[in-house]
Amino acid sequence: MNRLKIMIILILAGVLLAGCVSKPSEVQPTGQTITTVQPAKTSLTVTLNGAGATFPYPLLSKWSSEYNKINPNVQINYQSVGSGAGIQQITAKTVGFGATDAPLTEKEFSNVSGILQIPETIGAVVVAYNLPGIQKGVKLSGDVVADIFLGKIKKWNDPRITSPNPDIQFPDKDIIVAHRSDGSGTTFVFTDYLSAVSPDWTSNVGKGKSVNWPVGLGGKGNEGVSGLLSQNPYSIGYVELAFAKLQNIPYAYIKNKAGKFIEPTLETTASAAAGAVPNLPAGDASWSSVSIVDAPGDNSYPIGSFTYLLVYKDQADNTNGKALAEFLWWAVHDGQKYSSELLYVPLPDEVVSINEKTIRLINYNGQPLI
Amino acid sequence: MSFFRFSRRKFSGDNIFEAVVGLFALCILILSFYLFRELFIGSELSRNTFGLSFLATTTWDPVNEVFGALPFIFGTIVSSFLALVIAIPFSIGIAIYLSELAPSGLKTPLSFIIELLAAIPSVIIGLWGIFILAPFTRDYLAPPLSTYLGFLPLFQGPMYGLSMLTGGVILAIMIIPITSSVSREVIMTVPVQQREAALALGATGWETTRIAVLPYARSGIFGAVILGFGRAIGETMAVTMVIGNSPKISESLFAPSYTMASVIANEFVEATSGLYVSSLIEIGLLLLVVSIIINIAARVLVWKLRRVEGGGRA
Repeated sequence: MNRLKIMIILILAGVLLAGCVSKPSEVQPTGQTITTVQPAKTSLTVTLNGAGATFPYPLLSKWSSEYNKINPNVQINYQSVGSGAGIQQITAKTVGFGATDAPLTEKEFSNVSGILQIPETIGAVVVAYNLPGIQKGVKLSGDVVADIFLGKIKKWNDPRITSPNPDIQFPDKDIIVAHRSDGSGTTFVFTDYLSAVSPDWTSNVGKGKSVNWPVGLGGKGNEGVSGLLSQNPYSIGYVELAFAKLQNIPYAYIKNKAGKFIEPTLETTASAAAGAVPNLPAGDASWSSVSIVDAPGDNSYPIGSFTYLLVYKDQADNTNGKALAEFLWWAVHDGQKYSSELLYVPLPDEVVSINEKTIRLINYNGQPLI
Repeated sequence: MSFFRFSRRKFSGDNIFEAVVGLFALCILILSFYLFRELFIGSELSRNTFGLSFLATTTWDPVNEVFGALPFIFGTIVSSFLALVIAIPFSIGIAIYLSELAPSGLKTPLSFIIELLAAIPSVIIGLWGIFILAPFTRDYLAPPLSTYLGFLPLFQGPMYGLSMLTGGVILAIMIIPITSSVSREVIMTVPVQQREAALALGATGWETTRIAVLPYARSGIFGAVILGFGRAIGETMAVTMVIGNSPKISESLFAPSYTMASVIANEFVEATSGLYVSSLIEIGLLLLVVSIIINIAARVLVWKLRRVEGGGRA
């Protein structure tokens, strides 16, 4: 009898527990919560929640603290959970804004109606190497980089590497290729560039946040790749511009569309973005084909990309929507001055004016919020 | 029927205690069930698309959405097995030394330090792996192996530091604390009479250990090894940082490889398409199934060993 009772209690408890577990968590209409500040003032504290790419995290966190100084009643929380998770969360409307390193694909774009894509800053990727005795500035063209990463160019003294660099004595050594093993926007930008300049790359590998690498070793994160580079003489890899500058990793000058070998800097990346402006779509259209790799212009560094904030055009709440629109406006104007010190590329004026139009589309019940 | 008669004698504190702790145990069952269920549901798209070929093909191409898990299964099993091959002699040696030979003043601090090794976060071990172990393996471990054992395909080809071998070594370092401390506990439970009997027959210290202690503790030591194997299979961070993350099957231990846990850790965050996510979840399911199979096999083996010996128990 006792056992029976206990069994029944257990089963009941189990069923209860199972019920709790299996119940799908309800999705909040927006992740923006309002909490009243008690009791001194009647002003509202607005919390804007965002999630997404890790690449712009330092900039967004700087913005969050600077904006909070100007507008103490607006709190911005950004979780750098990765572009994929950011897109999922904005699609499910569990956050107020998302962030992604690659523009939404056609399929992703069609899944979320009324989404706006706002480029908030620009990142560049450099081709870094470890060649004992050789500093930065080895000149490489895109098809050579592609063939190195395809495993077709195997030696550092290959004529295709040596011919643009007559002043440098290259060793007769095998090239060790290093790439990112984790899915990342950096890989997307790099493979986007290789796809743009090499038909072989397009047909054999393609572009993506993770790809099927034909050769090489995979390191986790920028630090993983730079670790591989620093420990393996005669290696080549790719890392974010900011990372290479901060770590003093030698990097290559890359041949751009105009045929010039360009050093990756904030200025040369910005001019690539400006060169791409005439082809940019409106903020509420699909950006899936937008790319600033291999951009025209004499001074354009060819391996770079916008990184995007994702917000809904139609906001469900007046106060939150207004706070969000005002923050975005600030970010693409005043916020840009914080880019350079963190080694992000500030947006060119042409892109800012596209963003202004986009932000003006944000509305509550048809009323523009800015 | 007296079902609801809560007599003092029948519904005592013991019953409540039994119900509460029983509930805790039940939680684990429910949790495992839902874990399995979620993985199964989440991987549906991938299972329907690739079927069994998922287990047998070697292409992992996120761009064209073609996924095959064989290189990861291979990498997980080989790296864990390699770790065991390295860890078993060390662990049993440590256990014998600590339980049989070490002076009593040394026993406690030594076992404390070994257990401390298990408390080091795996990301720290991974960083140490990148900066110390990988160059060490490349410069000092691989050259003699390829010189003296280079006729084996296992030790051929170029070595860049990050490799299956480095992954195996780092896993071995991570499982030695657990296998050695459990083995030590097991050896300590061998009755003193067992040793005294052997010594009385004129056995030396080594003979006593070999004929009286080890056979008695065999099934327990085996259990300890399996515990270590389980840890090696599921270990993610450290091995991701040193194995080279290249989904190719190579017979050489100097070549980079990839494990199931690593590919999930590396790619899940940025995986956006449905099929991609689903394939990664299916790898998670496979990892769970592989661990279950190994654990069951180990149980059966331990049980058989015990049956055969009759005497030894852990």
